[in-house]
Amino acid sequence: MDNKQEQLDTLQQMRKLMEQSSRFISLSGLAGVFVGIIALAGGLVGYWYFDYSFYYPDYGYLVFDTSGELLSEFLIFLFLNATAMLVLALFIGTYLTIRKAKKKGLPMWDNVAKRMVINLFIPLAAGGVFILTLLTQKQVELVVPVTLIFYGLALINGSKYTLNDIRYLGIIQIILGLICAYYNGYALLFWIMGFGILHIVYGLYLHFKYER
Amino acid sequence: MKDIILRLNKLFESRIRLGIMSILVVNDWVDFKYLKETLDLTDGNLASHLHSLEKNNYIHVRKGFIGRKPNTSFSVTDVGRKEFKLHLNALERLIKNI
Repeated sequence: MDNKQEQLDTLQQMRKLMEQSSRFISLSGLAGVFVGIIALAGGLVGYWYFDYSFYYPDYGYLVFDTSGELLSEFLIFLFLNATAMLVLALFIGTYLTIRKAKKKGLPMWDNVAKRMVINLFIPLAAGGVFILTLLTQKQVELVVPVTLIFYGLALINGSKYTLNDIRYLGIIQIILGLICAYYNGYALLFWIMGFGILHIVYGLYLHFKYER
Repeated sequence: MKDIILRLNKLFESRIRLGIMSILVVNDWVDFKYLKETLDLTDGNLASHLHSLEKNNYIHVRKGFIGRKPNTSFSVTDVGRKEFKLHLNALERLIKNI
């Protein structure tokens, strides 16, 4: 019997080593919750900016001027709001993830983390460039669906190197993005759902699954 | 029973060598420092285990430089991967049978 226990221990230890050296497991669920709250706040700021309307044609005059050009006020608002959210989200996300890695006694920035970040950023960068192109061509309606779709693709791509659960989050974001592309008048609502509410729900799920 | 034990690979009797193989099979190239930190070993201890794996052609060794610092990385060979798999299968059967 002793022998059996010993072999079982060996197998378990090997499993742990394989997991730890191939996946970034310090991803923090709480970080997801905070990122979601920031996105929710950013979305509500947008709701306020657009005169408390979620439906695009109603606030079209705040986006385009009478000759069909994008208003510079709108672009500045978009830029400031997005940058503020990005900086806050990156800051809190990184902080909580480092804290979790420390608690587990794992290195924060090793090959596994690098691989995850690189794979996450390939679709993300492609999406970013694509959105800049959309803006220069004044295709504002498609910005939000494209954001959701490319973010979903990024998550699916990165999920191979971190918690597998992220994959399903990616799939949901893509579906949301595709529906949003069709009903693009309600883009703001979809954006709040994808980046705000989904992050919070998923973050809580990860938190209770792995951090309890 | 005896048959199964014969299938267990003598080289993998050491948990350290098994640990090294576990890390290598799920990665492309892994450097010495990472192995050392993950397995929590001393330089000499790890080196001797790596050497025996290399001697049996279970792992590739690549010596290179990062800047001016020498950096040695390791990856698993086809032989190593196959032997590791056979060993795991044997372990599994052993556990099921006892």
